[in-house]
Order: sequence, then structure tokens, then C-alpha cells
Amino acid sequence: MAVLPVERKPLSFAERTYMPQIFSGLKTTFKRMIKPAETLEYPEQRPTIPNGYRGVPTLVKDPHGREKCVSCQLCEFVCPPKAIRITPGEIPLESPTGHVEKAPQAFDIDMLRCIYCGLCQEVCPEEAIFLQNQYSMSGYSRAEMVNHKDRLYELGGTLPDKHYKWDKKKSAEDAAAHGGGHH
Amino acid sequence: MIAPPKPELVTVNIDGREIAVPKGTNIIEAARMVSVDVPHYCYHPKLTVVGNCRMCLVEMGLPAVDPATKAPIMDPATGKQKINWMPRPTIGCATNASPGLHIRTTSPMVKECREGVMEFLLINHPLDCPICDQAGECKLQEQATGYGRGYSRFIEQKNVKPKRTLLGPRVVLDDERCVLCSRCIRFCKEVAKDDVLGFIDRGSYSTLTAYPGKKLENNYSLNTVDICPVGALTSTDFRFKMRVWFLKQTNSIDTESSVGANTVVWSREGVIYRLTPRRNDAVNDTWMADSGRLLYKQVRTDDRLATVQVNGAESGRDIAVNAASERFKQGGVAIVGSGRSSVEEQFLAKKLAAALKAPAYLVSRVGKGDNLLISADRNPNVRGALVTGLIQTLPSAHLTELAASIDAGRIKTVVSLGEDLTAAGLSAAQLAKVSVIYLGTHANPTSAAAKIVFPGLTVFEKNGTFVNQQFRLQKFHKAVPGFTGAIDDLTVLAKLVAAASSSGTAVASEINALWTSLAAEIPALGTVLFKNLPETGLLLDSTPWAGLPYAESATLHYQLAQPALATA
Repeated sequence: MAVLPVERKPLSFAERTYMPQIFSGLKTTFKRMIKPAETLEYPEQRPTIPNGYRGVPTLVKDPHGREKCVSCQLCEFVCPPKAIRITPGEIPLESPTGHVEKAPQAFDIDMLRCIYCGLCQEVCPEEAIFLQNQYSMSGYSRAEMVNHKDRLYELGGTLPDKHYKWDKKKSAEDAAAHGGGHH
Repeated sequence: MIAPPKPELVTVNIDGREIAVPKGTNIIEAARMVSVDVPHYCYHPKLTVVGNCRMCLVEMGLPAVDPATKAPIMDPATGKQKINWMPRPTIGCATNASPGLHIRTTSPMVKECREGVMEFLLINHPLDCPICDQAGECKLQEQATGYGRGYSRFIEQKNVKPKRTLLGPRVVLDDERCVLCSRCIRFCKEVAKDDVLGFIDRGSYSTLTAYPGKKLENNYSLNTVDICPVGALTSTDFRFKMRVWFLKQTNSIDTESSVGANTVVWSREGVIYRLTPRRNDAVNDTWMADSGRLLYKQVRTDDRLATVQVNGAESGRDIAVNAASERFKQGGVAIVGSGRSSVEEQFLAKKLAAALKAPAYLVSRVGKGDNLLISADRNPNVRGALVTGLIQTLPSAHLTELAASIDAGRIKTVVSLGEDLTAAGLSAAQLAKVSVIYLGTHANPTSAAAKIVFPGLTVFEKNGTFVNQQFRLQKFHKAVPGFTGAIDDLTVLAKLVAAASSSGTAVASEINALWTSLAAEIPALGTVLFKNLPETGLLLDSTPWAGLPYAESATLHYQLAQPALATA
């Protein structure tokens, strides 16, 4: 290809002094100096978490303190990176929640595997697992990055319940046992 | 052999497709032959028909004939015989194929019927699928997906029925989930012959229960769990252990007796969770005994052998094979094979015996047969030892001949393939006189006394075949990886055979390679190969061994062979 020599445009006087460029730069600087800061001084300052944010998956209890998970293992099945591992167990009949019959013996979520997709929350038929506001997980070892059942309930806390499905079941059973209700 | 009479065939038309089926076949089975699914709950191919679930309603029609002349009435539009469709649906399970029968399973009426039945069944259903063990293999779930309304019109309070009731030591009943199909009742009555279940109360209060003072505790009780189309009956052993959709299914064979019931091993990530029967109409139909379902527990026990040992010290496989080879060179070897070993292992054991010119023995285990699916011979594969030629006569429970040889000093080394020699009648003093080479799965007095120990695999950890009491060759597959430290029995045996033979040539230990020589050397097996052996097994010609005094009495699908002298 042929080379086309292009004449450089000669600079004007103002351009040769560099002053307009310096001032326009300083204008931006001063403007930013008086504007409120747009960054956060993390970790002293924390962001406000918007609704629907998908943080660390946690297990929740209902307002009566019953653990909602019944270890149906649907989250374990649906989890794309296979981060969830559940060992199901039976609730003894004498227990106050004996009518629920089933609860997890162990519930582990490996946060090194979790991709925060929220499918576990979506699939949960008992509304027991939620991706809440917690976004920062750190640890010194791989083992520390696995959230066990106790930690999951600690992170999750209690959330309001719309249905009280199992309480209704219990009261129907009690009514039946005392001759009321059906059967 | 006399060929069974050919069944009379009748042609029926299902959803426009003609098929010839044996007379007496019901519509559900006939539809299955043309890959048309007729949903059902109460019908079970191996139980009587009661027709109480009403799920299999289909539309039925018969070719029209003139009432007076019996001449076919033709339809001028199609040029074919006119079909008189019945105005109301009929149940498929109790309708037998008759010539020219026409069935519609996809018409709007049938669809409406199914939706109606589903709605009734779901009215009082507790919808506790998240805690129900049947979820994933539940007919109610499947049919609700296909014919469910998707929402409930029932706003009244649902029935409350007993939950978590123990019907027996192995079966838990949840009455709320029960759809009253009565399969379990019919099974107990007709197959297990232990009529303990029944319905009490009426209408929507109907409840399944055991008769007062009785329990569902016969050795076949867990079959009721298998045939329960919903989650009403669950197994105490499998309850809440694992969801079925995680489990891998591997075909296997029950080893508790010579019946050789076909089974499925359900495992996840190398752990077995349950055993269930697999349908084989020639062996076990769709049943198996409860006792056989617990056999998977032998896989993970504390007394599993996990290290190769030479003179009590941990060693390596090849060192142990060399040590065995040294003992073989001194002569005086006897081989105690096992009726629990696979055909392939017995074949290699026979090769080992031939190479060493050693006598081979087997130990019999005789218990009480239950005339159903547990035979008197508690070894799964004594017939295999006959077929491979490891033994010529039936074994006895005690190794008296071997004991005498040891006392006489003729035997210096005993190779035991998983048999506990002390249980088979050898004294500790006799064991101390010889050096024992033990290849087995679990620790026992023999493995403790053995000079060389090879840790072997259980039936769930290897491939192989058994020959059951009918001389049916049946294969089992590896369901889970071998126990850490254990070696495939075939590898050990192949190495021992190579060490014992004068030429020292390698022997195939991989099952498919081994089968080429097995089939070539054993005429009874003909052209069978492991890979082309059907999953339901292959009946071998048993005439060479017909006159032997077998321990078995009649069981399901097994009749005692008439003694040859009786007819002569």
C-alpha cells in the first residue's frame, strides 16, 4: 500500500500555551471535589442491599422457631455446581415438631462451589432456604468455607411465614384426636 | 421337553393399531404391547384384578353385527365394519381382549375420566411430597402431572388419618397417602399367604390396617412397599435415607439362596441404599424376600478384609502371590471352593485345582426352604460349580474327607475361597497343621489362621454370573466400587492359576476376556458370552446333572424334577 504523507496541522497560539487544556482539566477536578463521593469506604462503610439481592444461601426458621427445612433434597438435586449436601433424618415422634417427621441431620453448603444462582431458593417447597443479604464469605481453609447446618441457621435467622402449613396440619390432627374436625 | 401349547391369539385394535394378543390378556397389558400407557393404581400383573381405583377407564367398542342375521354391519363411509362404541367407559384391567375389540385411550371422554378420578384421589391427599419417600417413583405424582387439574377445588378440611403407623417391624404406614388400591392386601393374601391386612371404616374414612393383634411381619412384607403405587407404605430401613432420584440402578442377583431372585441395587456415590426385586417371570415374578434386602449391609462393615497379609503382616498382592506359589511347589494342596463364588471364580478355581492336581471341595449350606423364594440350598451357585466341573457330586456341610487328609498329613496347603473352614468342620488344630491361603471378604477364624490373606469383593462390587436352582445362568453387575484395599477375586485367582501352572502363562482376569475361554472350555455354556447373556438369564441344559439329590423343595417357578426311577 502506498504511504500518504499527511501534513500536521500547525497549533494555534492558545494551544501552544497549553492553558485551555489545563483549565478544562482543573474544572473537572474542582467539580468532583465538591460533589458527594460515589465510592464506599469498605469495610467501614457497607452498601445498602437492594431487594431481591442474591447473597449467601441460608436456612431460616419460622416465627415459632421451627426449622423449616424437611430435607426433601430438591435443592441438592437442582444445585448446578453441586454445592449442597444433605443427610436426611427423622424427627422423633415425641418431639414438638414430630408431625413433620423429617428434618436434615446435616446440611452443608460449600461456599467455594456456590455460584449464588438462587435455584435452591426457587425450588424449595417449604420456603426454607433463602439467599439473603450476606455477600462476603471468607475463611482461612477450605473446610472453613463450608457452611454447616448451625451456621446456616445462624446466618438465616427467622423470616415471616405466610402459610404455617405444618401448624395447620398439627391443629387438624389435634382436632381429630379430640373428636372435632374430620374423622 | 414338551413345548407349551401355543396361546390362542385374538386381534384387538388399540387407538387405531391392530395387535394380536393371547386370549385373556387384559387391556392394560395389550396396550403395553403397543407402547400405549394406560394409567392404573390397583392393577398389578402378578395379583388378581379388583378394579377399584378406576384409573384405567378406557372407551370400548365392538364390531357391529345385525342382531337378526349376525351379518356384519358395514360403515358406508369407510367401507369397514361399523364399530359400536359403548356410551360409558370401562376399566381396562378387568376387560379381556376379545376378537375385534376396539379401544380408545386418548379420546376426550377417557381424558375426562382420568382427570375426574385424579381429582377424587387427590381430595384428601396430604400433599406432603417433600417428606414422602415415594416422591420420584410415585404413580400419584406421575398421573397428577399427566391428568391433574393443577389446583384444588376442594376447600373443605381434609381428612385426618393415622400417620407413621408401624404395620410391622419393617413397614411403616401413612394412611393419609393411601389410595385404597388394596395391592398390599392382595399380596399378603395371594402371594405371601399371610392374610393380615385389611380396610376398616367406610367411604372416605376407609383405613388400611393390620388385623388386631397381628402384624405384617412375614419375610415378604417389604414387597408391599414395592407395589404400593403411592407413599402409604414405606420401608423402615430405607425411610428418609435418600431420595430415589439420586440413586443409580444396577441389576444384580439375590445371593441368599439358590432361587437367585433378580434384584436391582440402588446406590449413590458408591454407597448402597436399598435392594429391590427386578421382574423376572421365570424366577421371582416381581418379588423378593425381606432377608435378601439386607444383604447390602455386608459391604460396609468393620470386619471387611482390607489388606493383603502374608504371615500376619501387611503385604502386597504380588508378594503374596509369590508366597502362595512357593507353597504350591511343595505340593499337597487342597482347594475349598464356594457355592457363593461366581461361575467365573469357580472356573478359575477349577483351573487352579487342575494345575495343582489338587482335590476340590465345596461346603453346602442347607436351611429350611419357605416354598416361595427362599430355597433350602442357601448357596446361590452350587449348580455353577457343577457346570464348571469344579465338583462332580453335591457338597456336604462338613469337610470330613479334607479333615481326614489333613490328619493323615497328605495336605500341606488349603486354599479357601471365602469359606470359613472352622464352620465347615475343621478343628483349630487341623487348621494349624496346614498353611491356609484365604481369599474372602470378611474376617473370620479362617482368615485369622490363614498364612496368606487376599481381601476380596462382595457380590455388589464385581461382575459375574450365578447358576440358580433351575440351571438358569444369571448375571450380576458391579454396583459400587470395590472396598478400599480389596482386590478383584478374578485377578487374584488368575494370578494364582498362572503361578501354579508349569508354563506360567497369564490367565485372563477381565470378565469378558475370561468368558471367551469359559465358553470354549465348558460345553454346557455353548456360545454364551457375558456381554450377550440376557438380563433375565439363560436356561442351561441340566440333563447331565439331573439325577443328583438336590436339597431344594419346590419354590415359585421351580418344580422338583421327578426322580428318573419313578417313571421307569
